[in-house]
Amino acid sequence: MTKTARYFTAPSEEQKPNAEEKTSQKRKGNVGRLKNKKPAFPKGKPKKTDIILKRKPNPNPKFPGRAPIPEELLEKHSRGEGIQKDGIRTKIHKKRQFDKDLSYEFAQKQAARVEILLTEEDGILEADPGETTTQFRQNEIVQNVDITAATKFFELQLRDFGPYRASYTRNGRHLALGGRLGHVAAFDWVTKKLHFEINVMESVHDVCWLHIETMLAVAQKDWVYIYDNQGIELHCLKSLDKVTQMQFLPYHFLLATANDTGFLSWLDVSIGEIVVQYNAKLGRINMMTQNPYNAAICVGSSKGVVSMWAPNSRDPLAKMLCHKSAISALHIDPKGLYMATAGNDRTLKIWDIRSLTGPLQIYNLKSTANNVAFSQKQMLAVGMGNILEVYRDCCVTTAKKGYLRHRFNNSIANLNFCPYEDVLGVGSSHGFTSILVPGAGEANFDAFEANPYQTKSQRKESEVKALLEKIPSDLISLDPTKISEVDVPSLREKVEATKKLLFVKPPKINYDPRRKAKGKGGSVKIARNKKILQEQAKKEFVKAAKSFKAELLNESKNEQKEKSKPANVLDRFLPKQKK
Amino acid sequence: MKVKVLSRNPDDYLRETKRDIHKTPRNYDPNLHPFESAREYVRALNAVKLERVFAKPFVGSLDGHRDGISCLSKHPKQLSILLSGSYDGEIRIWDVPQKLCIRSFVAHDGIVRSITYEPKGRCFFTLGDDKTIKTWNTAAPSSPEDEEPINTILSKTVVTGISHHQSKPIFATCGEICQIWEESRSEPIHTYKWGVDSLHDIAFNPIESNLLATCASNRSIILYDTRDTGPLRKVIMKLRPNRLVWNPMEAFIFTCANEDYNLYSFDTRWLKKPVNVHVDHVSAVIDLDYSPTGKEFVSGSYDKSIRIFEAGKGHSREIYHTKRMQRLTCVLWSLDNKYILSGSDEMNIRIWKARASEKLGTLKPRERTALQYSEVLKEKYATHPQIRRIARHRQVPKHIYNAQNELRTIKQKIKRKEANRRTHSKKGEVPFVPERTKHIVKEDI
Repeated sequence: MTKTARYFTAPSEEQKPNAEEKTSQKRKGNVGRLKNKKPAFPKGKPKKTDIILKRKPNPNPKFPGRAPIPEELLEKHSRGEGIQKDGIRTKIHKKRQFDKDLSYEFAQKQAARVEILLTEEDGILEADPGETTTQFRQNEIVQNVDITAATKFFELQLRDFGPYRASYTRNGRHLALGGRLGHVAAFDWVTKKLHFEINVMESVHDVCWLHIETMLAVAQKDWVYIYDNQGIELHCLKSLDKVTQMQFLPYHFLLATANDTGFLSWLDVSIGEIVVQYNAKLGRINMMTQNPYNAAICVGSSKGVVSMWAPNSRDPLAKMLCHKSAISALHIDPKGLYMATAGNDRTLKIWDIRSLTGPLQIYNLKSTANNVAFSQKQMLAVGMGNILEVYRDCCVTTAKKGYLRHRFNNSIANLNFCPYEDVLGVGSSHGFTSILVPGAGEANFDAFEANPYQTKSQRKESEVKALLEKIPSDLISLDPTKISEVDVPSLREKVEATKKLLFVKPPKINYDPRRKAKGKGGSVKIARNKKILQEQAKKEFVKAAKSFKAELLNESKNEQKEKSKPANVLDRFLPKQKK
Repeated sequence: MKVKVLSRNPDDYLRETKRDIHKTPRNYDPNLHPFESAREYVRALNAVKLERVFAKPFVGSLDGHRDGISCLSKHPKQLSILLSGSYDGEIRIWDVPQKLCIRSFVAHDGIVRSITYEPKGRCFFTLGDDKTIKTWNTAAPSSPEDEEPINTILSKTVVTGISHHQSKPIFATCGEICQIWEESRSEPIHTYKWGVDSLHDIAFNPIESNLLATCASNRSIILYDTRDTGPLRKVIMKLRPNRLVWNPMEAFIFTCANEDYNLYSFDTRWLKKPVNVHVDHVSAVIDLDYSPTGKEFVSGSYDKSIRIFEAGKGHSREIYHTKRMQRLTCVLWSLDNKYILSGSDEMNIRIWKARASEKLGTLKPRERTALQYSEVLKEKYATHPQIRRIARHRQVPKHIYNAQNELRTIKQKIKRKEANRRTHSKKGEVPFVPERTKHIVKEDI
């Protein structure tokens, strides 16, 4: 028989002292009462001195304490190693840090233990010997799954309004479709309940849900429009014109857009203001995706370069030369670990997006991939013409063959994995298809982050909470944990700071002359006085700056001198240096 | 072929009836909670802002005295009872939660100098400018006319302060000399004298209960042991200490409020210099009181403000002031560690919260955990510039603001001058004097 793992200690053994102990304690208490006139059962905590007898450890216990936690779970919930305590100078701070680390460790262990309470299990698709998973058609899969899951495979034939783009809400419950020729629709795709369906009578380039399912941004021919879930136009954002691609950053409440002329803009949807808008100088932007890990916007260009952008700098945070040809598709996985890029050279590359190195994997495809998409479990869907291929375990290890294949009647326009579901939404030129990809989605959702079953009141509450926690846009950088790190200026920063001091401009002084009696000082006099004062201030400043500069220079000179102290006895006969 | 696709049963995720609470399944996978530190930072920022929004420390005032408040005393056993004496000789006993005066009588001719409770709270002692020490019963008489002291002692000398022994029926008074009295006797059992200077404050140590400290008008603090025949030691400061209070948790630490705007914490084992100088007041500090935890103390000053200091820190964490509050004469920290009571010149006793933004009353568990969480976040992100700025900011009255600026310039001027003298004199001629030793003249044994 195998021993069942226990996650909670039973109090039985620890708290029950054996009979002998009881009597001895009692005796001791009585003695104390006689001598010290203390009550036999003192109020409050028992003193340490009261418990003298030690419990002997049971050589073969029935319950050997808490169940061990698997290493990989601990690793998963780890927040890093913590700081090295050698650098801490005082004992008290060392102790403080030690205590802090203890609490972090406790939290990590608790989180790892709580994993046992997760209820749902991931989807699977396994082939029998002699079969491969790629040979299974969608209808075979649908026939073998339960009835609710089978309804998640569906096809919408929308031939008239041509290639469709789709967008799922963050909880994976609602779907928005935008047809190039003006068809915009939103519906709860699980229950197939239509929210609205309109034709905006102009071209639609992209659709994107905002933070809740009652607001939907649509990039139309000229401007971006925001509709509610009944199709009523809420806003027309004329500052976002000719937008080709949109991404919503949910924690920052930013709608990032790229347009026809190469402008990137970030719109704060909570206050309706443009945070920043600038020309990325990349020409027309056709490919844009966000890095969910750090909220940087990644743009793929026709030169094969992927550049990452943030609202607080007009230069890219990073640039990567990924392909020697134009990039045809890119996507970043929801954990923010890997980036998949496809180029016109018919290759597909996987990159480590955190260290900006790679490629980890290079795949040669039969034809150019026009669409790629990562799922929450890091499955990669690749759309090539009218063929869809899904790969599993393709980032760290090389995937020898595909996981699933699907052939459409017409070319694929857009790929989107539905979060928290084993579903891939494929927009094509003749409609929209939702196909089943077992094991693609995260099985257990966190209701405080994204809840597919949330009610109206829950939605309202979470919206308020999320708005209160809106992260300022200037915190977007490549490393999102930077805010909790120790701010140590690097040597370069220090040098630059001192350099800056050398080039400080003299301050402008505001001179408000005292109002004098009439006739005592005209405007000419005032202007002259002002000039005199300003020049005086400037002179003083220049003087101070000069001495400061001299000091700085001297410092560096002194350092040099110290280095060039006479090493040889005969150096004393060398000519003296002038000061 | 083996296939399984995610399909959740909605019954597991939806509440059964409308009266249920919503089900919230959790998954602590860090990948599902991105931007952890940035979000925590924003939460900390919100928490610290809310703390400032809710910082409304003034709870209420007790008015009724017809002259300035001269002294306050808290009941050692009952939280609701407060005793106050005023400059016209009147004593009032207050029911603090109801803000009612439950008993009042004229105890002395002239100022009531000091009040103290007997440690069990059965009676209290008052002493006034009429050189009498009166003992009063805590229980009120049947009618206000029958208000009579249990015992009246006529002292031969002027008495200005009183302090009761923690356990024995002994109390000590100060004035011209330091005297130890037994409750049942009308003559002092001990007198102590060191020099000719009068004493204006006295305090028994609550833990090391035979130890006694007084403040003398020659700017010194004198320590006595009641088992000894003479005084133990004294330390002379540059300016006069006004009030002395022992730390209720650390027997060897006492703090004195000084005339030079500062407070000094001393270690009795090492009187050469204070262990800490608490600065921030801009006028003479009149009174102070320790919190029952011994971790903080409150001080009242002549600059019309109350400040709260952490015992180990040099600067105050909080300032309380109102437009109408005049010069402080006495402050108290209530024994439940929640309230601060202050008496001032303009006849009012004010009740303040010890933590300005604390919510009064019982908290619901969720509320409490939320507050605890934000407390931890505030601590975690305390050093971030924006959070620190908001947490530190206090609106102060103009006269204090101006006085602070003035003091700053004076300090800078002194510093500059000293530096100039140092550069133009022989090496070592102008020594660096640390702030802690600056205010001490000498220690005598």
